[in-house]
Amino acid sequence: MSELRETTYLEAIRDAMAEEMRRDDRVFILGEDIGVYGGAFKITEGFLQEFGADRVIDTPISEAAIVGAAIGAAHMGLRPIAEMQFIDFIAPAFDMIVNFAAKSRYRTGIGAGLVIRGPCGGGSRSGPFHSQNVESYFVNVAGLKMVAPATARDAKGLLTAAIRDPDPVLYFEHKYLYRRVKEMLPIEEEIVVPLGVARTHRAGSDLTIVTYGGMLYKTAEAAELIAGEDGAEVEVIDLRSLRPLDTDAIVASVRKTGRLLIVHEASEFGGFAGEITAQVSEHAFEWLDAPIRRVAALNTPVPYAAALEDYYLPQVDDIAAAARWLLAY
Amino acid sequence: MLLTRGLEERLEILLKQGHLVGSIYRSLGQEATAVGSAFALGAGDWLAPSIRDMGALLVRGLDVRDVLRQYTARGTSLCAGKDNTNHFTVPELGLLGPISPLGTQLCVLNGVALAFQQRRQSCVCMTYQGEGASRTSASHEGFALAAALGLPIVVWLEHNRWAFGTPSSRESAVGDWLDAAAMYGVPAQSVDGNDVVAVYAAARTAVDRARTGGGMTILVAETYRMLGHAQHDAQKYVLEAELEQWRARDPIDRCVAVLSHMGASGAELDGIRRTVAAELDQAVDEVLAEPPPLADDARTRVYASANLDAAVPWTRGPVPGYGGIAPHVRLRT
Repeated sequence: MSELRETTYLEAIRDAMAEEMRRDDRVFILGEDIGVYGGAFKITEGFLQEFGADRVIDTPISEAAIVGAAIGAAHMGLRPIAEMQFIDFIAPAFDMIVNFAAKSRYRTGIGAGLVIRGPCGGGSRSGPFHSQNVESYFVNVAGLKMVAPATARDAKGLLTAAIRDPDPVLYFEHKYLYRRVKEMLPIEEEIVVPLGVARTHRAGSDLTIVTYGGMLYKTAEAAELIAGEDGAEVEVIDLRSLRPLDTDAIVASVRKTGRLLIVHEASEFGGFAGEITAQVSEHAFEWLDAPIRRVAALNTPVPYAAALEDYYLPQVDDIAAAARWLLAY
Repeated sequence: MLLTRGLEERLEILLKQGHLVGSIYRSLGQEATAVGSAFALGAGDWLAPSIRDMGALLVRGLDVRDVLRQYTARGTSLCAGKDNTNHFTVPELGLLGPISPLGTQLCVLNGVALAFQQRRQSCVCMTYQGEGASRTSASHEGFALAAALGLPIVVWLEHNRWAFGTPSSRESAVGDWLDAAAMYGVPAQSVDGNDVVAVYAAARTAVDRARTGGGMTILVAETYRMLGHAQHDAQKYVLEAELEQWRARDPIDRCVAVLSHMGASGAELDGIRRTVAAELDQAVDEVLAEPPPLADDARTRVYASANLDAAVPWTRGPVPGYGGIAPHVRLRT
């Protein structure tokens, strides 16, 4: 049994990258302000000193060039990690991701095993361009994989798996969790969480709530509230991966509980809840005792002021209200 | 150059005969830039063509049958029928395929150059873009990164006067496209793109510079797109006088003149033409006998693992009825 150390979500990301870079000299990272400065959130602090400028590459402000270079390096057998300083800034790289990286294997037989990672999510009063959840911009694109860890263990394990994966992986790390989420993790023992496998965060028999990323904690809080006040047991499924999607885990839970609520932090319209709803409709319609409901952010950009952002984001009370509505149906 | 022109002429015939899927983007008049430049590369180097650089692919060793398979969408094609034209990547030949959104292949080729740099390999990358493609944000970002990191890369800016139906004067306010190249702070030079020897000489200097740690060079090829953008474009927006002027500078005619001056006989040159024609005849016959892809292959090779192949649409199998599939909620109690 190896020694345990309290590890934040942010440190888990740092550890996954550093350990993979030590283990495999094909792994390198490129992005803005990651070398000399150590990263906007200090995730790559000390990397330049340990791994050198060849493997910790400061780039111009040019997300298309960053992702493009990662694709070319991946074609050559390297394992690039492309950092988006904020995931909102992935927009200029959209063409490279959607048209080049995602379609490369299908078109040419030559894959692009790379990781594009960056901080997503709101709650930190950062306004419309430093708070977005961008998964729905990409989830329709065949050839991409997508993960959104909620725990420190998953942050580390999914990133390790993503770096080793032969396909392009978008890794959405929730910046609100960076220093707030911590967990005892083993030192010097590798953690690999396979892509495409959901995790049951809390077992229950009366209602299934499917969520991922930053919303896990508000969902879990709502579940505890309901257990205490209503005596109903909510099953919380943490998806961890959005594509491939663990449809089996969702369907199995819904067949057990007969009720489904989906919670995500991205805007509701066209959001990922729609896909889950369709999957459950196709695979478990006869088991449903209530309509499928969703709790998601407002259909607006992410606003800046505290009062506005708090209203925009799904809150524990919203989740509890929706859960109670479904339980009473 | 003769093989390039001959192959593209065959493609036109195949299109008219109904064998082609899609269109053809001819490089007529631009063959010297593609061919002369690619001859400056060596083993282990990589090249990313634009759509009008057929000649560069052939110089790098691509089999003409692979070109024909692409355009006729054979199952045996380098893209297995999943993409067309020159959109293939062949690591063994050092070829990186472009995609249709322009300017992007420079960004990706930078990554290949980065791998050379990291591995301390003295290999070089070469790529091409028209003056139109050079206006994209991807192109600017690609130039900026390659320059800032000192990557071993040679970029041809093919000033062929037309981006689809838009003249180059509408793409930029620069009169001389060397001015557009100069802003990246790397060596840049203008070349007569219809002079295969001049192209080779400039490419050779730039390749040698990149190979010895001198970083990126931008070469501006002054040339002319002698046909429309693709087969559907009759090029009505071009003045005949201008075409006539450039027809007099045809790269093959000029090369033949040089070779004749150096002592090549008419019989030798005719021999080359006959060899090219025979090679193309045989290649066309072979490729047309090859099968198209199987429809079910549309589902495959999205991800590395076949487990993640796209599902067969449920409507393509027996459609399930409603009798007795799923017992209702009583099952759960």
